[in-house]
Amino acid sequence: MPNILKSITQAMQNSTLSRKAAQDTGTAFSAWQAPVFVTCPGCQRRATRAAWVDSMYVCPNCGHYQPIGGYYRLSLIFDHGSFRETDGDMTSKNVLNFPGYDEKLASQKKKTGLNDSAITAYGKIDGIPSVAVVLDSRFFMGSMGCVVGEKVTRAIELASEKNLPLIIFSASGGARMQEGIYSLMQMAKTSAAIADFSEKGGLFISYLTHPTTGGVSASFANLGDIVLAEPGALIGFAGPRVIEQTIGQKLPEGFQRSEFQMEHGFVDAIVPRSEMKATLSRILRLHSCGRGDRK
Amino acid sequence: MIKDILKVTEQLDAELAAIGDNRDRAARERRAQLEKERAAALEKCCDLTPEDRVFLSRHPQRPKIDDYINALFTDFFEQKGDRQCKEDASMLGGIALYRGRPVTVVGQRKGRNLEENLKYNFGMPGPEGYRKALRMMKQAEKFGRPIITFIDTPGAYPGLEAEERGQGEAIARNLAEMSLLKVPVIAVVTGEGASGGALAIGVANKILMLENAIYSVLSPEGFASILWKDSSRHAEACDIMKLTAQDLYNFGIVEKIIKEPRGGAQIAPEQLFLSLDASLNETLSELSHMSGDELARDRYNKFRKIGQPTDN
Repeated sequence: MPNILKSITQAMQNSTLSRKAAQDTGTAFSAWQAPVFVTCPGCQRRATRAAWVDSMYVCPNCGHYQPIGGYYRLSLIFDHGSFRETDGDMTSKNVLNFPGYDEKLASQKKKTGLNDSAITAYGKIDGIPSVAVVLDSRFFMGSMGCVVGEKVTRAIELASEKNLPLIIFSASGGARMQEGIYSLMQMAKTSAAIADFSEKGGLFISYLTHPTTGGVSASFANLGDIVLAEPGALIGFAGPRVIEQTIGQKLPEGFQRSEFQMEHGFVDAIVPRSEMKATLSRILRLHSCGRGDRK
Repeated sequence: MIKDILKVTEQLDAELAAIGDNRDRAARERRAQLEKERAAALEKCCDLTPEDRVFLSRHPQRPKIDDYINALFTDFFEQKGDRQCKEDASMLGGIALYRGRPVTVVGQRKGRNLEENLKYNFGMPGPEGYRKALRMMKQAEKFGRPIITFIDTPGAYPGLEAEERGQGEAIARNLAEMSLLKVPVIAVVTGEGASGGALAIGVANKILMLENAIYSVLSPEGFASILWKDSSRHAEACDIMKLTAQDLYNFGIVEKIIKEPRGGAQIAPEQLFLSLDASLNETLSELSHMSGDELARDRYNKFRKIGQPTDN
């Protein structure tokens, strides 16, 4: 009986992933009214939604990377039927009684259908069990408050406990201002968890997507054993506007982009979205050889 | 409010200085009168607003890290450089004796005037500063020295070169490595503690905070500019950010508040040094009983607890 229950829950989780991924891409049945053509914010040219989906939301005309939803991204990397979300219903509280924060949270939830900006999950990548975290920039710019800090830490602890590799896709404007000092402390909490995981021999692949800035760039995102980046992503601690104000001049083209970060030694490889799963799978396999049976 | 009070006391101080130690009867009376007025003015400082504290935390005469080193430690040997790229003068550190025991001291350095501030970059370290701090802390661990950090910074430097050399990576690395240190780590927030630039030397077993110091996710100006695109609304930000020592103590992030003399640390620094010394000594003795592994676990648990959901 428990087995049947288990498989039912699993089936539900899987249908949830495909449904949520479809919502993310605008191809869900409920979104049938969505326009058939989508205009690229990069080149302003239009392409059919089907073409966008085929290219994983990289513009079929100019190669511009559209941000993608967290569930959609997970559906691109996890083997069919292996997805299991963890701590899915954790939601933020107004820890500082910040004026207007409750309303803002409610409207963000309604707009995105997400409970907060981090999605944490367990699944298999080409048969290799892994823990994955995605920060979804649609929710509060992917900012890190207590819920993101806690979910990321729990995911790290899960990977540590089960001896699994960990993959975190970052996309964040930084700390969530409305949670003040609590947000700042999440940087220490998550970084300490990564340090502990690393001490125990855990593999952490950090995958930086547009944008990875502020408190997230100054904590777990920059602590990967392997650091990958999507092409053209903005990656840095201070935002370009702040730097321009400080130095009193315009920043050069390409400053703080993925390619710049690789050139300056902070990124191992720039991985196009189409090669995301294959690259992750390859790195995971490189780490599973000769390590015995790590279940 | 505090600004007006301090203006009054400054005038009184100037007059007092003018009288000097003149022993005339008239002068003596005038001096007594002035001192009474000064005390009365300071009396009004008991109810400071968060904005007042932000002002005091940045007061140019507020003691700086070198004052604390001179007052609390002996035989300070300054160490320089990150061994990778350069020396960053906005981070000061080295080995010193605390009550006869070798410790590593490190913290952001602010200047007292424009010239010094240009030299110390207004207490805003680049990645080299954080890597220098980490180098000193790892060395402290090697030799079993406790680490005492002094936090006083408007934030990590948001410049072009700082970004090129990995400001984010440097801060992240410090957070991770500090959590693993097997020696006691005590952080003292002495002035402004703003953003990751403060936290990067703040992953401590115990955090002490001066009464009028502030600790926040970002400076109130930066906060106002991000949230409302208007940095002039910083007074409003001070109120809602919950950045005072009392707030942080209530949140369980800070273990101890160090009382300051009425009107701020700059009024009577010696008084502050005495109470800080007592608290520091007490905190260090508490931690000295713990083994290296216990210290690292204690530090992990301290931060692990912050911002846990209470119910789900």
